[in-house]
Amino acid sequence: REPPPGTEAYIPQRFPDNRIVSSKYTFWNFVPKNLFEQFRRIANFYFLIIFLVQLIIDTPTSPVTSGLPLLFVITVTAIKQGYEDWLRHKADNAMNQCPVHFIQHGKLVRKQSRKLRVGDIVMVKEDETFPCDLIFLSSSRGDGTCFVTTASLDGESSHKTYYAVQDTKAFHNEQEIDALHATIECEQPQPDLYNYCFTKKSHNTNCLIPGVAIYTGMETKMALNYQAKSQKRSAVENKALINTVLKYVWQSEPFRDEPWYNQKTEPERKRNLFLRAFTDFLAFMVLFNYIIPVSMYVTVEMQKFLGSYFLTWDEEMFDEDTGEGPLVNTSDLNEELGQIEYVFTDKTGTLTENNMEFVECCIEGHVYVPHVICNGQILHDCTEDLFFRALCLCHTVQVKDDDSVDGLKKNQLSRRSCIYISSSPDEVALVEGIQRIFPKVLCFCFRFELLEVLSFDSVRRRMSVIVRSSTGDIFLFCKGADSSIFPRVKEGKIDQIRSRVERNAVEGLRTLCVAYKKLTAEEYSNAQKLLQNAKLALQDREKKLAEVYEKIERDFILLGATAVEDRLQEKAADTIEALQKAGIKVWVLTGDKMETAAATCYACKLFRRNTQILELTTKKIEEQSLHDVLFDLSKTVLRHNGSLTRDTFSGLSTDMQDYGLIIDGAALSLIMKPRQDGSSGNYRELFLEICRNCSAVLCCRMAPLQKAQIVKLIKLSKEHPITLAIGDGANDVSMILEAHVGIGIIGKEGRQAARNSDYAIPKFKHLKKMLLVHGHFYYVRISELVQYFFYKNVCFIFPQFLYQFFCGFSQQTLYDTAYLTLYNISFTSLPILLYGLMEQHVSADTLKREPSLYRDVAKNALLRWRAFIYWTFLGVFDAVVFFFGAYFLFDNTIVTSNGQMFGNWTFGTLVFTVLVFTVTLKLALDTHYWTWINHFMIWGSLVFYIIFSLLWGGIIWPFLNYQRMYYVFMQMLSSGPAWLGIILLITVSLLPDVLKKVLCRQLWPTATERIQVKYFFIVVSFFVSEVSNN
Amino acid sequence: MAVNYSVKEEADGHPSGGVGVPGGGAVKTRKPDNTAFKQQRLPAWQPILTAGTVLPAFFIIGLIFIPIGIGIFVTSNNIREYEIDYTGTEPSSPCNKCLNVSWDSTTPCTCTINFTLEHSFESNVFMYYGLSNFYQNHRRYVKSRDDSQLNGDNSSLLNPSKECEPYRINEDKPIAPCGAIANSMFNDTLELYRIDNDTRIPITLIKKGIAWWTDKNVKFRNPTGDGNNLTALFQGTTKPVNWPKPVYMLDSEPDNNGFINEDFIVWMRTAALPTFRKLYRLIERKNNLQPTLQAGKYSLDIAYNYPVHSFDGRKRMILSTISWMGGKNPFLGIAYITVGSICFFLGVVLLIIHHKYGNRNTSADIPN
Repeated sequence: REPPPGTEAYIPQRFPDNRIVSSKYTFWNFVPKNLFEQFRRIANFYFLIIFLVQLIIDTPTSPVTSGLPLLFVITVTAIKQGYEDWLRHKADNAMNQCPVHFIQHGKLVRKQSRKLRVGDIVMVKEDETFPCDLIFLSSSRGDGTCFVTTASLDGESSHKTYYAVQDTKAFHNEQEIDALHATIECEQPQPDLYNYCFTKKSHNTNCLIPGVAIYTGMETKMALNYQAKSQKRSAVENKALINTVLKYVWQSEPFRDEPWYNQKTEPERKRNLFLRAFTDFLAFMVLFNYIIPVSMYVTVEMQKFLGSYFLTWDEEMFDEDTGEGPLVNTSDLNEELGQIEYVFTDKTGTLTENNMEFVECCIEGHVYVPHVICNGQILHDCTEDLFFRALCLCHTVQVKDDDSVDGLKKNQLSRRSCIYISSSPDEVALVEGIQRIFPKVLCFCFRFELLEVLSFDSVRRRMSVIVRSSTGDIFLFCKGADSSIFPRVKEGKIDQIRSRVERNAVEGLRTLCVAYKKLTAEEYSNAQKLLQNAKLALQDREKKLAEVYEKIERDFILLGATAVEDRLQEKAADTIEALQKAGIKVWVLTGDKMETAAATCYACKLFRRNTQILELTTKKIEEQSLHDVLFDLSKTVLRHNGSLTRDTFSGLSTDMQDYGLIIDGAALSLIMKPRQDGSSGNYRELFLEICRNCSAVLCCRMAPLQKAQIVKLIKLSKEHPITLAIGDGANDVSMILEAHVGIGIIGKEGRQAARNSDYAIPKFKHLKKMLLVHGHFYYVRISELVQYFFYKNVCFIFPQFLYQFFCGFSQQTLYDTAYLTLYNISFTSLPILLYGLMEQHVSADTLKREPSLYRDVAKNALLRWRAFIYWTFLGVFDAVVFFFGAYFLFDNTIVTSNGQMFGNWTFGTLVFTVLVFTVTLKLALDTHYWTWINHFMIWGSLVFYIIFSLLWGGIIWPFLNYQRMYYVFMQMLSSGPAWLGIILLITVSLLPDVLKKVLCRQLWPTATERIQVKYFFIVVSFFVSEVSNN
Repeated sequence: MAVNYSVKEEADGHPSGGVGVPGGGAVKTRKPDNTAFKQQRLPAWQPILTAGTVLPAFFIIGLIFIPIGIGIFVTSNNIREYEIDYTGTEPSSPCNKCLNVSWDSTTPCTCTINFTLEHSFESNVFMYYGLSNFYQNHRRYVKSRDDSQLNGDNSSLLNPSKECEPYRINEDKPIAPCGAIANSMFNDTLELYRIDNDTRIPITLIKKGIAWWTDKNVKFRNPTGDGNNLTALFQGTTKPVNWPKPVYMLDSEPDNNGFINEDFIVWMRTAALPTFRKLYRLIERKNNLQPTLQAGKYSLDIAYNYPVHSFDGRKRMILSTISWMGGKNPFLGIAYITVGSICFFLGVVLLIIHHKYGNRNTSADIPN
């Protein structure tokens, strides 16, 4: 056991330092790495190719038209990502630079956390966070113990006792410890938290915990649980791209005759036919590449970036208590907030406040609520006396500040303001509750002598104490879960108490039953003997102890039950209910044990009274094989489902049988484990099938990585649902990173989760507004933005395509270069960007009040093929109207009143004018929320177009080598038929869309549209009545 | 569309004083401003397109468009237009002999076509030439010009833009005007005679005022230099390959010569479509007593220089009167009438739907 002295034992392994790096770039690799990342995106790469093509071959438009926007996009994105990474650097630095005390040459030295090396001896004071994984050498407590919370790992804030290494626990000062020469043998770092050691938060009085840094830096288990932050690319963007890419591969006809009036140059003529065809093809590509404009990416980026400010600005999502508002870490996922199908939530600290409180007790069927008892209306009869005595005695709570061992017994008497520490938060709550409300009860408290403690274990789920009162009576008090107490009770008001307990459990309270029995001296000595024997047994000690416990703990007299509330977060139930109404499936993933977790689920209305609970737990699997359990469950669920398939559209109706599934970590790992016989996928599929049919799922006893595993399982299932994970502790980080959208709660447990999340909110209740209102808005906005962009560019490019049939397929542009460049950048960009920021098709309050509206946009409803085809059809129709309208207006006729003729540029300008007006007015028709800014932008864009055209054609621009637009616009406006044509074509282009809107609203209205109309009529009637009153 | 101003009060926009920072601002919170903009509560007009609101619009459009359409249609029908194809592809045509005329033929090929106007042309008559299957909008063709040169820039005159290739330099001299457009300028000469009892009375064709005023006076300019002698100003340049004469000999009048020759300017405005017409001459009405062109026999003398047969082109001469809305174009009128009728019809359909299904919206329960 003693380490071999000297250096030969030291294995020269390279240990990393303790730096935590979550940032992506460094100062040096930013430019190349960022450029690489950006050009990995198909769209950017494509534009780069187009730009290069324009540089190399002779194309209809100059390289500037695509190069400038591309440069702009790349720069804007790089700045944005650089800024975000800079923030990450700052956060990392704060973490890495937090001071750590450690012992060097017998002295206490302060260093930055990142300078910690493997082998350093660290001293951690009370309430400090461990900078890395440690071995506990010694503590300031005499018995070499310390209390540790593992909140940042698994979210449990209860205190766990840890014991120092035996050999070193005697070391008490720096010199002694510094003299230590030891070798630590340990495994290689691994991501499973429960197997080896923990990073913890110390929480003990005067406790100085020197420890040895074992794993540091990226190797600490914490960091191993983090998965590489991959760039999440939004699903919407992907779909839009796939749809658009297919559209522009036009078949060019490279045949070109060479009439006498239009000869080619010598080099052109000599060029290889194949090469010529190829360059023509590329030239067409360049001509039509506007259909997926670079500017769309800029606009989408800007919309996301600026739009996310509305989230951070939202006053309703600001928490007054903590002074925190929502944070947006990545704005790339805004619209996914409107697409969530699964919400995975942590329990402790997310759903609950992680703050236990004693709410009531039930004695002999009478219910007592603390404040009532305080009023002194308590009946001092025997049972109650015993009940409270039992509560006071039967626990393992320790008192902070109190070094004496008998603090266990009389903590109530010693100090009232002291802090209790226990491995069970329930016990603390009970003791505190009693102390708070029973100054009186304590008056008749007697001195008891503790004889035996039959400590708690999870199989028995109860604990007992045997005490001797000052009068010499020997009592056995037992406290435990209802299921383990009731069978052992022989008298007492069992029925009343049982019904009360059951009610409380459904309310989400954590219940404990209290019972006692009086032991005669003989019985006691028997019991003591048995215990002694069992404790001293060398083999099967556990088993023997259990047998003895079983023997002793029987024939109780039931005293009553207690109820402790793990207070739910404000409006947690309301939020979950709203989410479920919105068609979102809510899963609770927690490290807690099943009973507590299930109680919380009842409390927050995840499970209702009529929910049928299916259990898939280790206990059940031990009884039956996993295979059978799974098949049974799926049979139950599917049979029911089969009879109700017709109803699936109506969603969660109250009369429909809900299923709730409870699964624990061990069972999950069995399901996930690949089997030898090759049918590994089987269980997973079955499990998924069951889950899909359950309205709520609770996963308990989850390790952080298992949480991520669950999320991944759902994420990759065949419907590819959009998932959201929400949590507050470091134990939720891997799940937050795994889900499509990760949300961190800016809570007490540190900012680890908030920092690694995509969005951070102060409270769970804010999720409701975030998804139902902001998410809905973002989704509606972005889908309109993406499709509108596509539409307006079909309108823009399709006439260009049609024109090729009339200009000998020569790639002649229909519009002037200035129009080509500015169309997407300035004439039509701001109104849609503003729409993307401001549109509210229904008001925010309505969305919040009617969660079911969320279903209207679920499953990417607005970007589905049907919608896409409609927009394409509209774009093509409008383009055909523009082009052939202008064609028939111009074809072989005179359109001026002075007989002069117009040329091709006037033709293009006419088409372009109709185009700009139609496209802008189409957006105006789609806008449901006209603020003064919308008016300004929409009409302003049109006015700007006119002013620009007047100016562009009004001057001979000295820096241009062509003057083809000179006076073209003004000449066009001087012609009557051009005006009439413009008005006619705009009307015709808008007609089908208006018609579609009206008919769909009239004949097949969606829920959203009904709401719109409903509120519309309410407002109208309001105005009408106002007017008639006046 | 009906007006529907949001009921949200403007008062929402004012920051609420009470909820502010407790403790007199000692603690700086990140609490967002309670402004209407930041809370997305700007007062807004929230229109919805329903059958009820759109109905009147449809009827109004119908009622406005149909009369306009009828007006345009009638105007268009009152316009006189006469068109002769003188390409000469048919063997019977007088111009058939000239069909294969080439650029380098020394003697001009002339032909005469006689025609009869059934109706008299009352107001000013515009004479056009029309070409078909001529791709003036071909990309290589459209860009083959140098606007600086045409604007009188002396350096461009001697060093034309590369875009003019292969019509940029001929025999080591820069071409003025350079480029394919100028090189292929239409050079048929058309003369019109009225045949009155076998005597040919020439009709005065005015060759000024056929180009845009801005083109003639601003965009196109002769090179500047000492004196007004165009020959000297164009010194050092050569004529376009296909032209018989240099640019400074296009016309005898100095204000219609060189780059500012109106025939040239008209040609330089490239047409939008492969079948096009260009204004050639004006025939002004002499007095109020006689129509500009009375009904009767006419003959058209053509100096046939321009070869179109090689690319299967056609040449036409068009005589047309003009109204406020240009030449004869039934399309616009018919389109207006059609769209107006469709709108009216849709209005009726919507009215029926509105009455039949109208209550569905308002009475339907909102699903929960």
